[in-house]
Amino acid sequence: MAAPWLSLRLVARMWNGTRGIHRLGGAVVPEGNQKKERTMLQFLTNHFYDVEALRGYLLQREMSKVHMKNRSFTWLEEQHGPYCAGAFFILKQGGAVKFRDKEWIRPDKYGHFSPEFWNFQEVPVEAVDASDCEINYEGLDNLLLLKELQSLLLQRCPHVDDWCLSRLYPLADSLQELSLAGCPRVSERGLACLHHLQNLRRLDISDLPAVSNPGLTQILVEEMLPNCKVVGVDWAEGLKLGPEEQPQDTASPVLA
Amino acid sequence: MIRRVLPHGLGRGLLTRRPGTRRGGFSLDWDGKVSEIKKKIKSILPGTSCDLLPDTSHLPPEHSDVVIVGGGLLGLSVAYWLKKLESRRGGIRVLVVERDHTYSQASTGLSVGGICQQFSLPENIQLSLFSASFLRNINEYLAVTNAPPLDLQFNPSGCLLLASEKDAAAMESNVKVQKQEGAKVCLMSPDQLRNKFPWINTEGVALASYGMENEGWFDPWCLLQGLRQKVESMGVFFCQGEVTRFVSSSQRMLTTDDEMVILKRIHEVHVKMDHSLEYQPVECAIVINAAGAWSAQIAALAGIGKGPPGTLQGTKLPVEPRKRYVYVWHCPQGPGLETPLVADTSGAYFRREGLGSNYLGGRSPTEEEEPDPTNLEVDHDFFQEKVWPHLALRVPAFETLKVQTAWAGYYDYNTFDQNGVVGPHPLVVNMYFATGFSGHGLQQAPGVGRAVAEMILQGSFQTIDLSSFLFNRFYLGEKTQENTTM
Repeated sequence: MAAPWLSLRLVARMWNGTRGIHRLGGAVVPEGNQKKERTMLQFLTNHFYDVEALRGYLLQREMSKVHMKNRSFTWLEEQHGPYCAGAFFILKQGGAVKFRDKEWIRPDKYGHFSPEFWNFQEVPVEAVDASDCEINYEGLDNLLLLKELQSLLLQRCPHVDDWCLSRLYPLADSLQELSLAGCPRVSERGLACLHHLQNLRRLDISDLPAVSNPGLTQILVEEMLPNCKVVGVDWAEGLKLGPEEQPQDTASPVLA
Repeated sequence: MIRRVLPHGLGRGLLTRRPGTRRGGFSLDWDGKVSEIKKKIKSILPGTSCDLLPDTSHLPPEHSDVVIVGGGLLGLSVAYWLKKLESRRGGIRVLVVERDHTYSQASTGLSVGGICQQFSLPENIQLSLFSASFLRNINEYLAVTNAPPLDLQFNPSGCLLLASEKDAAAMESNVKVQKQEGAKVCLMSPDQLRNKFPWINTEGVALASYGMENEGWFDPWCLLQGLRQKVESMGVFFCQGEVTRFVSSSQRMLTTDDEMVILKRIHEVHVKMDHSLEYQPVECAIVINAAGAWSAQIAALAGIGKGPPGTLQGTKLPVEPRKRYVYVWHCPQGPGLETPLVADTSGAYFRREGLGSNYLGGRSPTEEEEPDPTNLEVDHDFFQEKVWPHLALRVPAFETLKVQTAWAGYYDYNTFDQNGVVGPHPLVVNMYFATGFSGHGLQQAPGVGRAVAEMILQGSFQTIDLSSFLFNRFYLGEKTQENTTM
């Protein structure tokens, strides 16, 4: 994508904004090479109503595109059963689905996927790979139809945030693997509500830019989920070890 | 009122048309020449000041459709929804008058920031649910073109309410109502509690209700700043000043039973500037009382409550400031990351703060222990004697805690039934209330703002029906009371 349009894209702006810094009035100074084009666009926006209105309109359009993608597919449940409805939603978003004892179904680069899964009405969905998909809070309505989901991969999803994580508790009985690597909006506050998922065996929380202290968060999450292997952060990375200093935290991480 | 000419202001107007600088470097000493000429004129005509364009930039506008008294969360929320729901862009002119722009005593900034749906009244549950969805989609509601998106630091950890034997039946019926309204709350027995949260001592607890979604706590200061930014970008005027007088006119009318009723209408609001006697009369159509803990003073200015007691004219606004303390302590062995906002049977509550084993909490004092609300000084003995024992009983790990800091804030406490007052006054026809929420204002602000805006723009409550929160109930004696332990 051309550089000037990048600053209008919803996703890029969200990344820069949610560094978890507590600020008053939103006066965050942009850094690096984005500064020049930001200033030009900002200058134009501050001086011309048309530019401001255009930017507002483009932002609204981006948001309504995401809303359209996450519209409800629960009406499919009566005809085809919950598993097919949920699978259809994921496949439409660009993710991949694995039914029990079947192969992974992935859409190709044009977004087309094979319609064979409509026949699997009674077969539960075991694994969902929704990486890089634009799932948000409303879209989780459709995902939660898959009651016997065992593995959920939400890597690099730009709209998955703390509110979405608080919605995952209905999958507590079956979910064993969860990956949130690279989600720009997930912070340690959302990770706190994963304690409902007591059957979780593998949790990937690497590369979360909104988490303020990754090492400490890893330790606290490991304490919270004693049977789970928490992957992704080296807990010693946040510590400053002097010659006589000991690691401060009292708990020792328990690995499954 | 003599207005002084600020030589600066007049001089600047002339300076922009300097021909000397355009030619590059040729300086005529224009400033000096202008000030000499002015001195000459003044000396020739002593006693008269040249009053061409007095500087009124610090004063509010002279006319405004709606004047909102109080620039805290509720006032800004009403301003936001008025601008959002107006049928034509720029159709309504709104002025927000705030006495203290640092918000040093405002309840919003000093609040604990909790949001929870565990009420017994359906209206309260709906308000809280709407606020949760407002906060969730905050970047759609409050998007300002050049500003970065807001991060409310929301912790979705939920709220846990504990009930003793005598409150257990009430809690069960409340949870039923909450589930009906769409809140995601579940009941837990003491065994399940111990399983889930092993750090709790369940002695004396018969039942607990745990909110799973849309509950937790967030940063109210960030919400306030975000709302303020958005509301300014929508064209609302702000003014730092104090409302000192309402100028109103009255009309006598007869009811169908031939009783005389005096209806008042406020025409002007006098806004006095800080540290001076200067005031600006603002002509207005509607006044909104969102002054929080000081709402009663504003209501008294409008003549509400001036009449024989027991009549509608004599019914005062029963909102008064009550001081509440919040203490922050550090406890290294305390409950872990999954800790919800816990409200104990004794009324003590606490929640986690950040990653570093810090907690904050407090307790509502009983009627006899009410502290003096004239200042915001903290009483540390209150923690030692009235809060810590209950906390240590409920969470044994809190026996070894160390208080780091504490602060105090006001509740705009409704002494009648501890629920908000929303809607117009029956006699002062154009004053609308949005106050008296007694500690729940933060979580109900978006919903209440929308309700007041609907009332003003469309004449009735459209989305959430808050008719049980109208002012009339104080005269009729009908209490809209919550029966939860919150």
